[in-house]
Amino acid sequence: MNDILVCIKQVPDTADVKINPETNTLIREGVKSIINPFDMYAIEEAIRLKEKFGVKAVALTMGPPQAEAALREAISMGIDEAYLISDRAFAGSDTLATSYTIAKAIKKIGEFSVILCGKQASDGDTAQVGPGISTHLDIPQVTYVKKIEEIKDNTARVERMTEEGFEILEAPLPCLFTVVKEINEPRLPSLKGIMRSKSAKIQLLGAAQLDIEEDRLGLKGSPTLVSKIFSPERRKGGEIFTCAAEEAVEKLVNNLKNEIHC
Amino acid sequence: MMDYQLNEQQIMIRDLCRKIAQEKIAPIAAEYDKTEEFPWPIVKALAQADIFGVSIPVEYGGLGGGVLETCIATEELSKACGGITLCFAASYLGLDPIILFGNEEQKKKYLPDLAAGKKLAAFAITEPAAGSDASGIQTTAKKKGDHYVLNGTKHFITNGGEADIYVVIAMSDKTKGARGATAFILEKSMKGFTFGKKEDKLGIRASSTRELIFTDCEVPKENILGKEGMGFIITMKTFDVSRPGVASQALGIAAGALEAATKYARERIQFGKPISSFQGIQWMLADMATEVEAARALIYATARMIDAGVKSVSKESAMAKLFASDVAMKVTTDAVQIFGGYGYMKEYPAEKRMRDAKITQIYEGTNQIQRNIIALQLIKEMAK
Amino acid sequence: MTQKVPWAKKLPLVLRNLIDTMPNNINIIKDKCVGCTLCIKVCPFGALSMHEKKAILNLDLCTLCGACLEACKFNAITLKREKTGVADTEARGVWVFCEQKRGIIQSVSYELLGKGRELANKLKSPLCAILLGHEIENKAQELIHRQADIVYVVDHHNLKNFLDDPYTNILVRLIRKYKPEIVLCGATSIGRSLISRVAVKIHTGLTADCTGLDIDEHKKNLLQTRPAFGGNIMAIIITPDHRPQMATVRHKVFKEATIKPDHKGKIIKESFDENVYVSRTKVLDVIEEVTSTVNIAEADIIVSGGRGMKGPENFKLLEDLANVLNAAVGSSRAAVDSGWMPYSHQVGQTGKTVCPKIYIACGISGQIQHLVGMQSSDTIIAINNDPHAPIFTVATYGIVGDLFEVVPLLTKKFKEALNR
Repeated sequence: MNDILVCIKQVPDTADVKINPETNTLIREGVKSIINPFDMYAIEEAIRLKEKFGVKAVALTMGPPQAEAALREAISMGIDEAYLISDRAFAGSDTLATSYTIAKAIKKIGEFSVILCGKQASDGDTAQVGPGISTHLDIPQVTYVKKIEEIKDNTARVERMTEEGFEILEAPLPCLFTVVKEINEPRLPSLKGIMRSKSAKIQLLGAAQLDIEEDRLGLKGSPTLVSKIFSPERRKGGEIFTCAAEEAVEKLVNNLKNEIHC
Repeated sequence: MMDYQLNEQQIMIRDLCRKIAQEKIAPIAAEYDKTEEFPWPIVKALAQADIFGVSIPVEYGGLGGGVLETCIATEELSKACGGITLCFAASYLGLDPIILFGNEEQKKKYLPDLAAGKKLAAFAITEPAAGSDASGIQTTAKKKGDHYVLNGTKHFITNGGEADIYVVIAMSDKTKGARGATAFILEKSMKGFTFGKKEDKLGIRASSTRELIFTDCEVPKENILGKEGMGFIITMKTFDVSRPGVASQALGIAAGALEAATKYARERIQFGKPISSFQGIQWMLADMATEVEAARALIYATARMIDAGVKSVSKESAMAKLFASDVAMKVTTDAVQIFGGYGYMKEYPAEKRMRDAKITQIYEGTNQIQRNIIALQLIKEMAK
Repeated sequence: MTQKVPWAKKLPLVLRNLIDTMPNNINIIKDKCVGCTLCIKVCPFGALSMHEKKAILNLDLCTLCGACLEACKFNAITLKREKTGVADTEARGVWVFCEQKRGIIQSVSYELLGKGRELANKLKSPLCAILLGHEIENKAQELIHRQADIVYVVDHHNLKNFLDDPYTNILVRLIRKYKPEIVLCGATSIGRSLISRVAVKIHTGLTADCTGLDIDEHKKNLLQTRPAFGGNIMAIIITPDHRPQMATVRHKVFKEATIKPDHKGKIIKESFDENVYVSRTKVLDVIEEVTSTVNIAEADIIVSGGRGMKGPENFKLLEDLANVLNAAVGSSRAAVDSGWMPYSHQVGQTGKTVCPKIYIACGISGQIQHLVGMQSSDTIIAINNDPHAPIFTVATYGIVGDLFEVVPLLTKKFKEALNR
């Protein structure tokens, strides 16, 4: 079996994001950067597979230079090697250009049996980059994986979450899996891991290091573009009943009659 | 909090333990307090995070820290639950004598698994008839060929039944009195070693407090810690380094109570404003904060003194334990007062901290015994 | 571990210099900038700041989204945007991928047909439905009644259950053959997997989870509105230089196409070489396990419980209310983490995003992570004993009180009012 790769993203911590009620804009000051919460499950799964099969677990991220902190955190949890894909030429990438760039980087880094991604990133919520990577690499994928049951004879048997329950699928390796929260409980970093992460070498891959077509990068390689950004209308607090329960319920049911077709 | 000029590794231990306390321990503390289950999931989380190794020498798989590192970890973990923290702190009480007095073979055999958190340790001296008065120990160890045969009962043993490694004090020669006590390293699997009653306690309910029963339990003579007859010396020296740990547990419980009370005082509205705006509450909080900080300063100073290699530390160690545990009792009681009626209800964690705090005034030498130690040392020093 | 301080300058100098000399697509013209700070206020990424009364840009944070361009009244910011391709002006047709499970067309497909009809009318293009499955031809007529002008049907036993490979292969071939201008798909577990692959193969843009779709009358581009940062900002995305323009839409965002039995349309069957149907992954088993009968993603009404429920046994109260209202039962993360409810019921950032007509939050304080998963519901009702709980800031109606008293009363009153 070849190594395990996990693709992660650094995102702003939404718990920190606050809205300025006057200007109705985001207050970004003091907002911490964290590893996309869904990617934590992917990291944990990568470490478990590494421990089980005695292979290496490698992490990569694409982003600005400060995304290096996300990779160091992954190392503190038990990831062996980390790559930062960063270059001004990548700025403005949409999901197509991003998945293209990451796929090229993966080809450069090496051969992997399993590629793991979180099901989506909490800032963009697109869930497109994982499937995009597997398509560019022309490998199979299973999305919304909630359990990797078994890996044997270069085949993985996994459970894929659906709206109604789950499916059991068999996939030949190499294969890309996007994982959901149910798959595991991410571990905390260890003291030895933190120490290792401080001195670990993060390898940087820029456009020049990748075998890449320039007009497929960044803005130029991104078919979608943002034509406008605006703040949604804030929901305003409505009517709050503080009276006795009986009376409050009466009022509420009356107010809702039309909507529930009484 | 005052700046104690912690080094990089100490800050790392503090931050990681804080994270474990908040993310892993706090959400389950009430549940474990209720069910009295042993917190194995936390043992696993602490093991995975290398916390069991903080103060074990590097050559035995630890991180090479000293008493201060154990104290920092204990304090942070105790902020979330003083009971759950004991799985860690009591293991250190059991392994400290091995670090202090174990020979190379014993250290190599036992410390790596303890550092990795694969096994837990415990220390056993208390008996039904021997509490503060250790001379009442009735457990005997008779030499028979290349081993000793232990008979007797220990009780109130923290981590009892859950730990794999036990340091047990038994009388190998009753005629010699205090010099007739010997420390043995016992393994859970040894023949003739069984467990009795598990205690139902007021506080620290997530910790296991149990009876150890020895019935013709055969212990190889290689398992003697130090030398025959050194049992009491080993106990004293172990307590000298472990008492700052108990103090840290008390400190953590107090600090957790202070934080919760301050937060509550800002949120609780009475007479149209937060109760934190009333001077009566402010003064209580100010006193609590001052006492907590004083306890911390005393503990850290003591721990640093021990780590620096100062030999005579009994007095300072006893002071840290005495002061911090009295502070914990007072601060947790005041925290319940600030929470008012809610403080008295089991639904809120304030009353649990008060229950948890009480034991710190009692075990590893009651606070009366601590005062004896302090006074004795004080008078001795004056006599010099 | 998190960091607040921007990255430590640990990269080798050579690489840092390399990065610093890269040409920028975005520039601030210092002479034109008057230091009005308008751009700073609109930047969603915190990439702009003031330095000596001029705006400066942190390129490490800038995503070139262009929000500042529009805000700047002095044309002091320029963004070089090259054409990324050449849009096929011949492309015609609004396509809806109609998802089926066990031969039943999913309601999200009808919702897309509803919106698709409107877009097709504006473009004067046909509305086409794509139907893949096994023994599903009889469903094609149903799609015409839902106002599709053309239904492309591909029927094959390998298409019975969704599989990434054959579904992608077929959709890609159909798009290449018929060249639609728009392709819409439900943002479901199937849709999101499939359409991402298709967009990459076709090499076009894809916008996820749109909450609004419209046509730019002038340029005929599809205007795709979607939330970002957990709904804290909205973005309108376009795909100007590529066709088709692809978008996914969540359940319940649009109204279903009405049934028009006299709507005329044609059914076109397509078939391909056998190798097109081959899948590298295999479905071994399908297990259904939703504990309540209504799936929260599709429910019109959701009754949800949080930490305030105090224990799993109390969810029975919510189920009683849900039964009367024909609603689904949801849950906050706190309740799922405590093991009171299965994860499939979790609403919020790490669970499902829902937008039912009515969302009833019981004993849920309303952490931001929960709010982002439900705040687009039409009506939100909050029941909580803490009058300061953040949930009340988004509630249409709130009751401050003990849910153990309020919920059974609600159940009783609704039962009377609804005669159920």
